[in-house]
Amino acid sequence: MMGTEVFEAEIALTVNGAERRIPTGWTLADLLSSLELDPRVVVVERNGAILRDRSSFASIPLAADDALEIVHFVGGG
Amino acid sequence: MASGTAEMLSSTLTDPQPLTIAGREFRSRLMVGTGKYASNAQMIDAIEASGAEVVTVAVRRVDLDRTKDEAILHHLDPDHFFLLANTAGCFNAADAIRYARLARAAGFNEWVKLEVIGDQQTLLPDTTGLLQATKTLSDEGFKVLAYTNDDLITALKLEQAGAVAVMPLASPIGSGLGMLNPYAIRTIKQRLSVPVIVDAGVGTASDACIVMEQGVDGILMNTGIAAAKDPVRMAAAMKLAVESGRHAYLGGRMPRREVAVPSSPSTGMLESRS
Repeated sequence: MMGTEVFEAEIALTVNGAERRIPTGWTLADLLSSLELDPRVVVVERNGAILRDRSSFASIPLAADDALEIVHFVGGG
Repeated sequence: MASGTAEMLSSTLTDPQPLTIAGREFRSRLMVGTGKYASNAQMIDAIEASGAEVVTVAVRRVDLDRTKDEAILHHLDPDHFFLLANTAGCFNAADAIRYARLARAAGFNEWVKLEVIGDQQTLLPDTTGLLQATKTLSDEGFKVLAYTNDDLITALKLEQAGAVAVMPLASPIGSGLGMLNPYAIRTIKQRLSVPVIVDAGVGTASDACIVMEQGVDGILMNTGIAAAKDPVRMAAAMKLAVESGRHAYLGGRMPRREVAVPSSPSTGMLESRS
């Protein structure tokens, strides 16, 4: 079981409809930072609930099988 | 010339009542979309030329692969414009409500241009879903501007459901067909207390002018500007057309007659030689 330890150090979750693996223990702020996203210009929905308080992002741990939607404003009519 | 002429002219050319929706005054009766421009620079130039304060934006997933720089807030100064998020692309009330809540969480305002689309081909609204979403969102404190068809009964129900403005279409979204039913638009304007903003279908400046001449409170357009050969120039033309149409409405057009009436005196003519 060579890969087990590596596997256990990561969790799988869904971000914008696609599966992603992140290190165990990452917070939402860590994820946004790794995606080079400025928290001020995105809105995050986690498992169907909108996370309104951006200052809480650093204290929100991500869990396996979380479903995240990260949205922003784009051009539209 | 009389001394007060300049003053009189300037008061004539000022809109006596700025557009006011839900108690908020706006500096222009023209609202513009931000979609379908060739570049962000062109979009900004066109919006500036339009004089619009209200600009609509859509809510979409961030492209995590970053193939395009889609984030409109990297280009548009939210202190200079009033961002009006839409729920374009939503085909039922639940989706539209979700998009509106996401938009509000962006933290700019609680206003939403509510679209619940009923048909892919015509993009005509699903009025049942629209009414339901208008009620739910209004109850949650949203200021709902509801995109609808030119049906009076739906417009009245939207007002009753809490919409702060009703937005009947001139013709289908992106069609550029101009106003297909001026009678319906006038009727809606006459019967509603909330502002009526015509949304969708304006293809060129004369379309915008004719819409404003019906007495409506404003126009929202996107494709009419963005799909023009020179969007910046068209935006300037739309600004003038909206102002012109508003003044023509306030000025009050002459009655239509199917006979000619001479503009020059019929008296004081010389004896005819023939």
